Amino acid sequence: MIAVLRRELAAYFATPVAYVFIVIFLVMSGALTFTLGNFFARNQSDLIPFFSFIPWLFLFLVPALTMRLWAEERRLGTIELLLTLPIAQWRAVVGKFLAAWAFCGIALALTFPLWITVTWLGDPDHGVILAGYLGCMMVAGAYLALGAAVSAATKNQVIAFVIAVAACFVFSAAGSPVVTEFLSANIPMLADVARALSVSDRVNGFTRGVISARDLVFFASFIGFWLFVNTVVLDLRKAD
Amino acid sequence: MTALIEIERLTKRFGAFTAVDDVSFAVERGEVVGFLGPNGAGKSTTMRMLAGFMAPTSGTARICGADVVDAPVKAKRALGFLPEGAPTYPEMTVSAFLAFCGRVRGYGGKELAARVADAMARTRVEGVRLQPIETLSKGFKRRVGLAQALLHDPPVLVLDEPTDGLDPNQKHEVRQLIQDMAPDKAIVISTHILEEVEAVCTRAIIIAHGRIIVDATPRALLETGHTLDIVFRKLTTGEAA
Repeated sequence: MIAVLRRELAAYFATPVAYVFIVIFLVMSGALTFTLGNFFARNQSDLIPFFSFIPWLFLFLVPALTMRLWAEERRLGTIELLLTLPIAQWRAVVGKFLAAWAFCGIALALTFPLWITVTWLGDPDHGVILAGYLGCMMVAGAYLALGAAVSAATKNQVIAFVIAVAACFVFSAAGSPVVTEFLSANIPMLADVARALSVSDRVNGFTRGVISARDLVFFASFIGFWLFVNTVVLDLRKAD
Repeated sequence: MTALIEIERLTKRFGAFTAVDDVSFAVERGEVVGFLGPNGAGKSTTMRMLAGFMAPTSGTARICGADVVDAPVKAKRALGFLPEGAPTYPEMTVSAFLAFCGRVRGYGGKELAARVADAMARTRVEGVRLQPIETLSKGFKRRVGLAQALLHDPPVLVLDEPTDGLDPNQKHEVRQLIQDMAPDKAIVISTHILEEVEAVCTRAIIIAHGRIIVDATPRALLETGHTLDIVFRKLTTGEAA
């Protein structure tokens, strides 16, 4: 599992993917925070504007990371090599997922100048900021697991990307007022389900500095479920 | 002594299409089996099932006594597998790729380095060890795939077209390598090249439409009075008619 993780992580940095991803992520997150987020005009020393954009950025960027995870292996035929090495399938799945997650962690860690800025300008609550980062990692993990499962189903990376974005969007939008109001007006039963499954709803707690066991359990089971789906899909669709 | 490879009534269906139909054979230590057949005959599918990549629809395959479905990790440890087309990770260097395969197989430190060096020496890829695999010629890529299969010195080798894309000298080298390893391993190679069967195999299995139609020594096939070419054509097209 560690071997798979190491190889995957090295693979990101062996190609321009890693650098493009990190640069775009840093530029966009910074730009959004300072422009739309009114970082200065708010006159508050916290990173709430920054954290509020991260789930939306991840919505597009994370599927760009996951689209190649399995689709590429399938296209190159290396899936046949990887899955005939003496390693249980779920370990390969988890190894790949952890590599992508670690990579997201690196990208997030590189946003530290924002933290420094806000500390220099004011006196933020560092606990809240840490919780915010934890929340971002949870969102990244949820989208990664979902995207990886989608990637396992196809050998076309573009299809993997588009479907993963759409699927991530469903889970983000499920908690938005537009959707829940519509559902509670028409199908009240589903409104609660939608809110319960919403990734973006869950992350709000973290941004405010509240780390609740319920949210952690939600993310852990969300990730676990999609990794399980990933393993099953892989088993069903090994060769074309 | 039990056979290192045991295949019993192996069958694979894709929908209504039967790719491999009731195939049974066993391979003992010291044997080199040439797996022959026209394209689409079911050679690769059989090898994929043996390697534990595809689950059989019915029947069983065992490597060193370990069932590839029930004890996949145990079976895979005893197996060196070269998939069709010798797939490798293009962005990795040769030595990084082999080190990855070694690490997944549980080696580390000095032993890993020694095994990678040995596999590179045996397949003669040391000269390109620090080059990304995507920059290599087809022949080198194939040999890197072979190096990966030999890395852990497995008792069972399953090689899907090991000499495809190699020039005549390289073909000769790979055959030499297979012959050198043959005495203490069970080896299955698939090929289109009939002279290869004469050169390295102790046994030839001809498969067409998913069924075994011949299982004999190359010598016995030649004793029918024809070249292997004619025997092959007669058997495989006769079946289709």
